[in-house]
Amino acid sequence: MSISDSTQSEYVLSELLCCVASRLLEDNRAVFVGTGLPIVAATLAQRTHAPHILIIFEAGGVGPQVPVLPISVGDSRTFYKAVAATSMHDVMSASQAGYIDYGFLGAAAIDAYGNINTTVIGDWKQPKVRLPGSGGANDVGSFCWRTVYIMRNQSTRTFMSELDFITTPGWLKGPGHREKAGLPAGCGPYRVITQLGVYGFEETTKLLQLHSLHPGVTVEEVQANSQFKILIPDKVTVTQPPTEVERQILREIDPEGMVIGK
Amino acid sequence: MEKNLEIIAEGEGELLGWRDPDENRAWIRDNKSRGLIDKCISVQEAVKRFVKDGDYLAVGGFGHIRIPMAIIYEIIRQGRRNLVVAGKTAVHDIDVLIGAGCVSKVECAYAFGHELRGLSPAGRRAVETGRVKVVAEISNAAFQWRFLAGMMGIPFIPVRNLLGTDTFAKSSAKLVRDPWSNKLVALVPAAYPDVALFHVPRCDKYGNAQIDGILVEDFELARASRRVIISSEEIIDEEEIRRDPQKTVIPFYVVDAVCEVPCGAHPTLMPYLYYFDEEHIHEWLTLSKTVEGTEEYLDKYVHGVVDFHEYLERLGGLRKMTKLKQIEQLRPSMLDSDS
Repeated sequence: MSISDSTQSEYVLSELLCCVASRLLEDNRAVFVGTGLPIVAATLAQRTHAPHILIIFEAGGVGPQVPVLPISVGDSRTFYKAVAATSMHDVMSASQAGYIDYGFLGAAAIDAYGNINTTVIGDWKQPKVRLPGSGGANDVGSFCWRTVYIMRNQSTRTFMSELDFITTPGWLKGPGHREKAGLPAGCGPYRVITQLGVYGFEETTKLLQLHSLHPGVTVEEVQANSQFKILIPDKVTVTQPPTEVERQILREIDPEGMVIGK
Repeated sequence: MEKNLEIIAEGEGELLGWRDPDENRAWIRDNKSRGLIDKCISVQEAVKRFVKDGDYLAVGGFGHIRIPMAIIYEIIRQGRRNLVVAGKTAVHDIDVLIGAGCVSKVECAYAFGHELRGLSPAGRRAVETGRVKVVAEISNAAFQWRFLAGMMGIPFIPVRNLLGTDTFAKSSAKLVRDPWSNKLVALVPAAYPDVALFHVPRCDKYGNAQIDGILVEDFELARASRRVIISSEEIIDEEEIRRDPQKTVIPFYVVDAVCEVPCGAHPTLMPYLYYFDEEHIHEWLTLSKTVEGTEEYLDKYVHGVVDFHEYLERLGGLRKMTKLKQIEQLRPSMLDSDS
């Protein structure tokens, strides 16, 4: 899908998602990244406003200077010119101990509290569709100070009132529930970025709330593509589209268009 | 009356790979040699001796990075059945084993997906038709810490992930209150796999192995498992190990077999040495969309070849491996349009 307006040249959805995600990252912070769009977004941040962002991969790559898109969170691009090539025990312990500011994840299905399903559609014992499972997602969602979800397919099949399976903890059932369950205090989902807009979580209820609409998208479309009611605040901004500089860098990160370009 | 730590909740996942620490200590005392013995044997012999039907099997590396594929193909060739596989970060390894009918149960942190390449047809089909049962869920870190507990010779280890989710509910973890902070904490049971497989860049004949790049979970997994088979790109002299003892990741006394298998991770990536063989993985993912295609793949590359050497010849031999080396080493020739 290609989106254009009169002042901006055409960009594609994946470019927009990466740029939005990238801009959330602050320099001199640590980010844990999953496969695909998350890695590209973190690498884009590293090459633009956050050159000292510490990128960490669950398989043990710490602080690489990512040369080109890794196609796996464990491949050697994830520890290219890294400060350390270590173990999963090391990086997951670092998360559990409080070192990781951001976790960037994909999500198959999400509910209003930012809980995520990547395990099964249907019944666990006899699933209609068997998905890969948590991987490192449950760990990221449990430990990182702020988790960001990137989804390209917001619809009534992915923004669900009730998930078939809660793989990864969002705000669980609302304020205070994470702490009550024993999860580390003061951390949880922060943003959800989809093809329609950018969402946060309302402070008192921890329910999904719209922050900005992507160019050309309406509030009606946002609501129509969700099983649950999305909170709409009085002030909703418009997402800044990708700049030419960002788009050029994305092409350098992913020259074969494995992630960007769709 | 004895006071126990109160179990507040339990996951309903099947408990796999747990052993009483005293039972395992006695087993180690009686079955793991502490002597410096030449353990070099063929892949065929290693699988024959150390991989049994029904074993709880774990594979080192990361699913399609540094995977001992030569050993996995041999497990299929020897017709192993009812394996219980640790889906720790399983990608290509578990998919081929499932496609070949070797697997009956999986404990799943990650399986049935090929990361960016998409979902794994053979794995998904097996679970969705009930041929393979996922008997427990877990997360990557929690699985890693199951192996840490096994390495430490303890019965369980407390963790702060899994809490509040269905992943916990379908795991074999238990929920208690930490006696110090009074906060809820999950206990994951130790995992002591029956057999673990690793591919490394270099190893001496006794089993002292070095690993280049990330360790993933290999440090802990090698020490937690009862039997350990290592395939290595090359066998080096003991002197090379002793010159740089800080580079030893797996020590000889946990190792049972050493196999010299250059290119032994193909088609998975071997850090610094060769890239994924995307063409070959694509062939698998395409053929494995059907039962017939899966058979075709296995006949061509596993059953129809005598050994791993013949397999390598069949997919392009030295020419192919050289190309994969160039891609891995980020050399300009990776941009050539020839394939």
